[in-house]
Amino acid sequence: MRTARFLADEVLTMVNSDVDAEVYIDTGSSSLTRFANSFIHQNVSEDASEITLRVAVDGRVSSATTTVSTDDSLRSFVDATIETASKQPADKEWAGVGPPVEIPDVEHWDDATANADPLQRAEVVKAFVDAGDGLSAAGYCQTEARTHAYANSAGRVAEGRFTTAVVDGIHQTGTSAGSGHAAGSTLRTLDAAALGRLASQRARDSAAPFDAKPGDYQVILSPECIATIAVFLDAYGFSAKVAQEGMSFARIGEQQFDRSINIWDDATDSEALYVPFDFEGTPKERVDLVRSGVVSSLLHSRRTAAKDKTASTGSAIPGGDVFGPFGVNMFVGGGDRSVESLISSVDRGIFVSTFNYCRVLDPKTLVVTGLTRNGTFMIENGQLADAVTNLRFTQSFIDAIGPGKVGGIGNDQRHADSEFGPMLVHAPSMHLKAWNFTGGADG
Amino acid sequence: MFDSAQLAVQGALDAGASYADARFVISRSETIDVQDQNLTQLDHSEQAGIGVRALIGSSWGFAATADMSHEAVREVGERAAAIAEASALVPGPPMEFADVPVHDTSWSTPVSEDPFEVPLSEKVDMLIAVTKTLQSVEGVGVATGSLAFWDTEKWFISSNGHRIHQHLVESGGGFSATAIGENETQIRSYPQSFGQFETGGYETVRAWDYEANALRIAEEAVALLSADEMEERETSLILEGSQLALQIHESVGHAIELDRILGWEAAFAGTSHLDLQKLGTHRYGSELMNITADATLPGALGTFGYDDEGTPAQSVDIVDEGRWVGVLSGRDSAAIAGLPPGGMVRGDGFNRLPMVRMTNVGLLPGTGTLEEIIADTDEGVYMSTNRSWSIDDRRLNFQFGTEIAWEIKNGKIGRMLKNPTYTGITPQFWGSLDRLAGESEQVHWGTPNCGKGQPEQVAHTGHSASPGRFANVRVGVKG
Repeated sequence: MRTARFLADEVLTMVNSDVDAEVYIDTGSSSLTRFANSFIHQNVSEDASEITLRVAVDGRVSSATTTVSTDDSLRSFVDATIETASKQPADKEWAGVGPPVEIPDVEHWDDATANADPLQRAEVVKAFVDAGDGLSAAGYCQTEARTHAYANSAGRVAEGRFTTAVVDGIHQTGTSAGSGHAAGSTLRTLDAAALGRLASQRARDSAAPFDAKPGDYQVILSPECIATIAVFLDAYGFSAKVAQEGMSFARIGEQQFDRSINIWDDATDSEALYVPFDFEGTPKERVDLVRSGVVSSLLHSRRTAAKDKTASTGSAIPGGDVFGPFGVNMFVGGGDRSVESLISSVDRGIFVSTFNYCRVLDPKTLVVTGLTRNGTFMIENGQLADAVTNLRFTQSFIDAIGPGKVGGIGNDQRHADSEFGPMLVHAPSMHLKAWNFTGGADG
Repeated sequence: MFDSAQLAVQGALDAGASYADARFVISRSETIDVQDQNLTQLDHSEQAGIGVRALIGSSWGFAATADMSHEAVREVGERAAAIAEASALVPGPPMEFADVPVHDTSWSTPVSEDPFEVPLSEKVDMLIAVTKTLQSVEGVGVATGSLAFWDTEKWFISSNGHRIHQHLVESGGGFSATAIGENETQIRSYPQSFGQFETGGYETVRAWDYEANALRIAEEAVALLSADEMEERETSLILEGSQLALQIHESVGHAIELDRILGWEAAFAGTSHLDLQKLGTHRYGSELMNITADATLPGALGTFGYDDEGTPAQSVDIVDEGRWVGVLSGRDSAAIAGLPPGGMVRGDGFNRLPMVRMTNVGLLPGTGTLEEIIADTDEGVYMSTNRSWSIDDRRLNFQFGTEIAWEIKNGKIGRMLKNPTYTGITPQFWGSLDRLAGESEQVHWGTPNCGKGQPEQVAHTGHSASPGRFANVRVGVKG
């Protein structure tokens, strides 16, 4: 069997020397065991390799992706990609392929997770379900093990591998739900039973919710909510492409956020996931995006970096020339307070377990509408009180964590499930002084 | 191809499956993106592989591979069965599987002009010309255009005896102009946000005549920067067809998915406000509301010959004069609900488990024209082209925004309004539908980005709609 690196080199040797070319290989297995109504109803596994080739013939660029890797098919795949490129207008912003570089010696890999079988995933599911003690459970356990390799015609090479594991689920009464979530590179460190107990407790505690009046409330937001805020900042603000188009909120050097806010992207952190290089083979180092509330940097691919006459931050993703650079190892800095301590500082407010279906009304001001889900509670006199029905909010995410708006940050940071997916942001709970709820979900 | 699929099914049966099916899929796509007269992405993608479902007891297993050697194909069938066996550690109730007629047949999308045969230069030049026109209007900051085409062949085999080949072709695209102000952005898109997609060839793109509409779209984007903000109030709301299609997709299409109603999507996509006990009696909307899920509509994006369980495409009544009468279903979910299977199960590529997906969930037309509806409206707003969409996990509470709106006073279109939004609760909102335009203004709108499932799958769905009017809707909701 050909290794990812061997396959990348093999494709590259089929490209003429006068053509700029880069090859990215993604190979491995992904498996996901899904449950609902407290039984496993969908259980899937796939092995597949994907080969992406991008070529530039005198600045005329074309890319192609295939899952077929026989020698004949690769030859025609390469020839067709070059042929297509040669007939196109030049891409005026093509930044070329990068020179050889040193890739950080970092690996987020666990053999046991890579070898996890369906029975092990089913046992994880059983632990989550059983912890509900009769409630109706739904969710999933996922494991994956992948190898990525990059090679280009300028001699840049990179190879790495990673594992990921996720346990995510809810328990439901007839009138409520509570959730639990954990993710990382190692399945054995994810405590499904504890997550199941948390989810079932939140579900039971919110079984008889009342309708809260719309208005501004202080909020304690869980890591899931903060991860969603961070991922919106990532896509709509920290992307250099968005900034170059004049659509980003980010103003480098300005105190746009509370002094307690620190956000960075770092594939080399021991808690990070994936490989330490991007889709263009650029090494990933820590990029500080917000330091003490001041926007300090943007995320760049080679294309956006060339335009700004700076260096790529290793943030290129597939399709990134259209969508822009994107950080996939975002960290929101934690504080020194427990969640209980954060709650105790709120006289009257709302605790939110997760957000749901958040959508941007205006990308520049980052006004977002969305709903709460899986456990929303009043806070009265510093303590969690009665549950409330799900609420709709319309709120600028930038204003919400603006100067003076953060009451405190928790010390419970972890990989949290965001609106864009479960393994993008490592985030803590947070106390925000104002959040605009516009109505109840049931009308 | 059928032989490979048969080998995979046999592997699963030999490993203990009581039922198995396999799809061998070859799909290719072409994506072209132009921004500000520059070709920013030209991408071709090809996927080939096989996915196998195996049923043991009450438990499913699914496995997929891109390795098409005989050994690998048989092994993937065995692996699907092994996964099904593992599922039995957390078992469900006995599995029923509704019978469907067995077919040995082939089906293809009618295509006039193969989109992959149209010269790339023609497609790229057209998008460059469109963005040039958009940029000719002072104030346009970003001008984008894109086209995408998919060609998918599937060979389906089941242990029931199905043997079905399909060849599906989908085409579409669109463009947008973004005007950037001091502290806001305004966007206008054509034919709709994310583009318009249909089954068929390049003729579907030509029919929308991008170049003839570019100047108007750019001028509207820039004009929005200085337009008045929509005020919050209750009023008559007239929705342009593509926004009404989005409204159908979100507040009807997902709510009637039987897997959601049964709780199978509870943790991620969510459930539904609908209760199966009330099928046939629940009032979903006004008597003008007639909705079908019709996978046979020529040209619509959710049209096919057979679903990924081998069930023939069909038209199912969903809402009849405002009364809820039907669901979207597959062989297992339909059996549980005691309903005939609707043929609405599809997978996103060879490596995804087929699941209940919308086909063409659309509103049957009313009478008259948009012009007549506006003339018949004393006071209200007309909103066009989706910009944001948010709805709760039961598909009950929604807040949608559009790119543009106009005030209506005394039966006439008035000033342009920016940042339009409206909100409502699904049955009340549909209950307020009091005018619906006729067939001459109906379009089979296509949604190419419907997300569902874990791992997430993207489906292509269709939604027929003509413009409609809703009474007493809360509009202009602010943060």
